[in-house]
Amino acid sequence: MTKLLLVCTVFAASLPLRADQAAVRIEPTNLHGPRVLVKQTETAVIQDYLESWQSVDAALGQNRVDLLDRDFVGTAKEKLTDTIQEQTKLGLTTRYQDRSHDIQIVFYSPEGLSIQLIDKVEYDMQLLDHDKVQTTQRVHARYNVVLTPAEVRWRVRVFQADPE
Amino acid sequence: MCRSQLHFADQYKTVDFFAVHNDLANISVPPDSAIQSVVSARRRDIQFGRFRMKCALRLLVGGLALATMQQALAQSGTMSLPKTVEAGSAFSIQTSGSGKAVLYIVGPAEVLKRDVQLGQPTSFAAGDLHNAGRYVAVLVGGGSPENGEFDLTPAKQPANLSFLAKPSRISVSLHDGISGAAYVFDAYRNLITTPMPVSFQLSGLSGPAQERTVVTRNGGAWTAMDSASKDGAAQFVARVGNISATRVIQQVPGEPCGLKMSARPSGQKIELQTEPVRDCSGNAVPDGTVVTFTELYNGTQTTVDVPLKRGIAQAEMPAYNGAKISAATGVVLGNEIRWGGQ
Repeated sequence: MTKLLLVCTVFAASLPLRADQAAVRIEPTNLHGPRVLVKQTETAVIQDYLESWQSVDAALGQNRVDLLDRDFVGTAKEKLTDTIQEQTKLGLTTRYQDRSHDIQIVFYSPEGLSIQLIDKVEYDMQLLDHDKVQTTQRVHARYNVVLTPAEVRWRVRVFQADPE
Repeated sequence: MCRSQLHFADQYKTVDFFAVHNDLANISVPPDSAIQSVVSARRRDIQFGRFRMKCALRLLVGGLALATMQQALAQSGTMSLPKTVEAGSAFSIQTSGSGKAVLYIVGPAEVLKRDVQLGQPTSFAAGDLHNAGRYVAVLVGGGSPENGEFDLTPAKQPANLSFLAKPSRISVSLHDGISGAAYVFDAYRNLITTPMPVSFQLSGLSGPAQERTVVTRNGGAWTAMDSASKDGAAQFVARVGNISATRVIQQVPGEPCGLKMSARPSGQKIELQTEPVRDCSGNAVPDGTVVTFTELYNGTQTTVDVPLKRGIAQAEMPAYNGAKISAATGVVLGNEIRWGGQ
């Protein structure tokens, strides 16, 4: 009986995290810049930002730097790349499954070269050491994100959780 | 853990072995050698059967006892986390319990793994953890892991400015025509989100410098400034503490403010020439700006486009008595000349 219970526990802990979509809430914009944010830009920015979470999950879950290319640039990309390299060295992988987002765009720089948003995000972090699940933890964080325009999409340049 | 399980099982096997030998002492053997060998074989079978049963039983009991011990050890392995740590500073995590464990510090921005001795503080040197963010600390000591969270905040001292200025070339005398946005970072490239003043200064060759101080919100600050009335390069500087970033803005003359031309005969032609073309602030409009001369005579229109050279435009047109000649550049219309006085 004990063995059965133990097997069940191990099996449950090894299950991959759910791949369903996160709940997204968009707060009215509260811009402190002079530039007007049109709806089309707002939609594109939020969509590209949400897709960046999928890239984080895939890149850190498979320790593949190339999966960051589409959505990240500059400091954010460099830091995530460093994390992947460190994870590879230690035999670790991490999964980041976002569960909910509460997003507010707070700044659109006057020259149109950056947009900043605050996201109160809830995600599940799963840590695996040499493919063995060590823990799964639900995390609440307030992310401060700066995106800059690239050829066909907005890319995340700053991706940083601040104390709530 | 595997080693201790094996050791534990070996202990039980050894004890069991001695117990089987004690049982043998109670079996009586007849003197006949053939019968004795059969009895010996039978006795060995009994011994082996008992030995296996007892081994299995004791291993089971031992395994359960070991699992209970592990559970007890895991429960005692707890940790005390700081609520926040400043980026790059040294800190420690206190654990309780005894034995060895593995401590993971995990976040998207950084990941660490340390072997720790439970009951002793685990120290992290300055710079070990430097990327701001929320981190999950996981202590794995044989049983269920102990989890906790803490925040790594940016360092207070700014070390870098990301300064976006636009445009790089602008006409003179434009209100709020030059804009700049600055993001403040620490030495570890963390965005400093605590409010701090950023001063913006725009200075050129002439006139007083414009200066504004803006307090950052969520790590960013912006401003808009007027371009100067005189053309030339201007320095646009953003400064926080003793960190600064500079962008050069080229201020160029604006659109022509007026246009005046004169005409004189040159054989069968009229030679037309403008006065030096200037913007409304008196700056010479750059060479290459196109001036269009138009001649209207007897219902026929003739047009010549001429770029400015050394500030003036020159053209030749047919000399018809009664022709009306005009000049224009951009939205500015110059004077009109009626040739021949008809």
